[in-house]
Amino acid sequence: MTRIAQTFLNKPKQVLNVYCTAGYPQLNSTLTVMQALQQYGADLIELGMPYSDPLADGPVIQQSSSVALQNGMSIKVLFEQLKDCRKTIHIPIILMGYMNPILQYGFEAFCKKAAEVGVDGLILPDLPEYEFENMYGAVIKKYQLDFIFLITPETSEERIRKMDALSSGFLYAVSSSATTGKDKNFNEVNTYLQRLQAMQLKNPIMVGFGVKDKSTFTTACTYSNGAIIGSAYIQALGSSTDIAATTQQFLENILK
Amino acid sequence: MSQTKTNSVSYMHPNEHGYFGQFGGAYIPEMLHRNVEELRSRYLEIMHEPSFVAAFHQLLRDYVGRPSPLFLAERLSALHNTRIYLKREDLNHTGAHKINNAIGQVLLAQRLGKKRIIAETGAGQHGVATATVCALMGLECIVYMGEKDIERQAPNVARMQMLGAKVVAATSGSKTLKDATNEAIRDWINHPNDTHYVIGSVVGPHPYPDMVARFQSVISEETRWQLKEKTGSELPTHVIACVGGGSNAAGAFYHFLDEPAVQLIAVEAAGLGVYSGMSAATSQLGKPGILHGSKSLVMQTEDGQVVEPHSISAGLDYPGIGPLHAHLFESGRATFLSATDEEALQAAFEVTKLEGIIPALETAHAFAALKQMSFKANDVVVLCLSGRGDKDLATYMHAMQKND
Ligand SMILES: Cc1ncc(COP(=O)(O)O)c(C=O)c1O
Repeated sequence: MTRIAQTFLNKPKQVLNVYCTAGYPQLNSTLTVMQALQQYGADLIELGMPYSDPLADGPVIQQSSSVALQNGMSIKVLFEQLKDCRKTIHIPIILMGYMNPILQYGFEAFCKKAAEVGVDGLILPDLPEYEFENMYGAVIKKYQLDFIFLITPETSEERIRKMDALSSGFLYAVSSSATTGKDKNFNEVNTYLQRLQAMQLKNPIMVGFGVKDKSTFTTACTYSNGAIIGSAYIQALGSSTDIAATTQQFLENILK
Repeated sequence: MSQTKTNSVSYMHPNEHGYFGQFGGAYIPEMLHRNVEELRSRYLEIMHEPSFVAAFHQLLRDYVGRPSPLFLAERLSALHNTRIYLKREDLNHTGAHKINNAIGQVLLAQRLGKKRIIAETGAGQHGVATATVCALMGLECIVYMGEKDIERQAPNVARMQMLGAKVVAATSGSKTLKDATNEAIRDWINHPNDTHYVIGSVVGPHPYPDMVARFQSVISEETRWQLKEKTGSELPTHVIACVGGGSNAAGAFYHFLDEPAVQLIAVEAAGLGVYSGMSAATSQLGKPGILHGSKSLVMQTEDGQVVEPHSISAGLDYPGIGPLHAHLFESGRATFLSATDEEALQAAFEVTKLEGIIPALETAHAFAALKQMSFKANDVVVLCLSGRGDKDLATYMHAMQKND
């Protein structure tokens, strides 16, 4: 069983996935951040590979990406940083990123290396389902990586079923059509999540975008398996002088 | 892993997934799927509706002032010892070819029931064109523009504001066209229902490259019959156009794409020199990659980060080209040349003195390329005069003072 599947088996509700940007706030803080997230209660880590033109992201994550790039982060550097990560990190690691840097690295070489260092899954927002089916999906499968598609309240039922069939690990439900870091009306989100729940999909549902504190986390989890926090954590890290302490406080505020 | 299947002999149309050769497609996040899919599934049907065709052509005629003249530039021709015809897109309402596409897309957006129009702009010509059409049709208009371009194209910013558009500064990255495009796409993601994004060039996810090329194809459609009247043949020997994203070039080439006798010449901005590190010559410097939703040639680092290009002309200051052009480059169907900032400036002054036409800085690159080519006396050269230089007067004046 994959590490992600095992995570949802052990803990089917209130699963917390925290997003962080590789190489942020410092080039070499990647593992420190991941270790702190694991220690203080994150169930999954979504590790962003910074890109110059992150279309699906809002200003906070975008800003952290530029800082990380200025710090010297790249896919090569990241894999170097991750090469021994499985000695200390036992929770699933999902790489999130955009296609262009991966294509330059070499798509197959990327998947191979990701699997080698112990990455469990991929979220590539600008890899659409047509291209996935046409060529990239087979490579991802070959290296036994989970691939997580995004769905939105605008995604038709038929398309959701298709994305569910193509995804493994979980489905990433964007709480509304929006870039990351936007505030959301959670009543609408609930209607949407109830609709998803009624569809009885094969994958667990994780809710992303707009989840930032205990109350939004709890709400997001009501009709789903868990939620993803990104911009709020990046913001906390941005003004932090002690990564472990900041992470502890941030996660305690959400989980306690 | 590469997708090199060429599906048809024609260069004009992408395959059903939006590929021109190996370039194109729609690499978009799911949050854009509904908007892009709505457009993809309906653009051809709407563009072929008789009422749409009639409305589009009526506005092109009565509002834009089409057909734009095809002018034999005699003194410029004499200089190059050939016959050079200028396709006068500079005489269009708002001063560039951009209005052709803006009218087409806003009409289309209305038929899709959209109430809010967004656009990106570099030189400001596309922003002005879109703001103009929105004023005409009473639609809300928001234009994203790089902070750096807002400074260097101040007259166009003022025009957009006077036309009632809201100009929003893009402050990320290089603060130019690429970043304005990112911001416009983010806006579209955040407005999934009521908004149409009027992309200003033949870039972006399918169906944009094809749709924009079709709206701009009126340029070559007219050129054909105008040439027939003037020379007895519909076919020139050469068509020359500058390429930022490539919309005026796509329009000027379109009806000649499948005429192998016609040489197509695309001119990119070399900035301070192609290999100076301060350039926007994408075909020379770019590698296959994905930018703004399509696979094309993209200027990027070894790590796949998109680089910040440089050109004196805001409209060419873009690190990509449309997938059609990447395909024309790769297949050898078009020849790609480039002109530096300095060469473009010189060419602008030269054509102004010879023909009494002040071209846009973008177009000046196409004029500069004439010097890199050799022609026969009976060649028929069509140069797409994509826009007028009013917006660039500050840059031109600065250059004059430097040379005094
Ligand atoms: C006059 C003029 N020509 C050319 C361009 C470049 O765009 P494209 O390559 O899409 O024609 C612009 C863009 O702003 C322009 O204003």
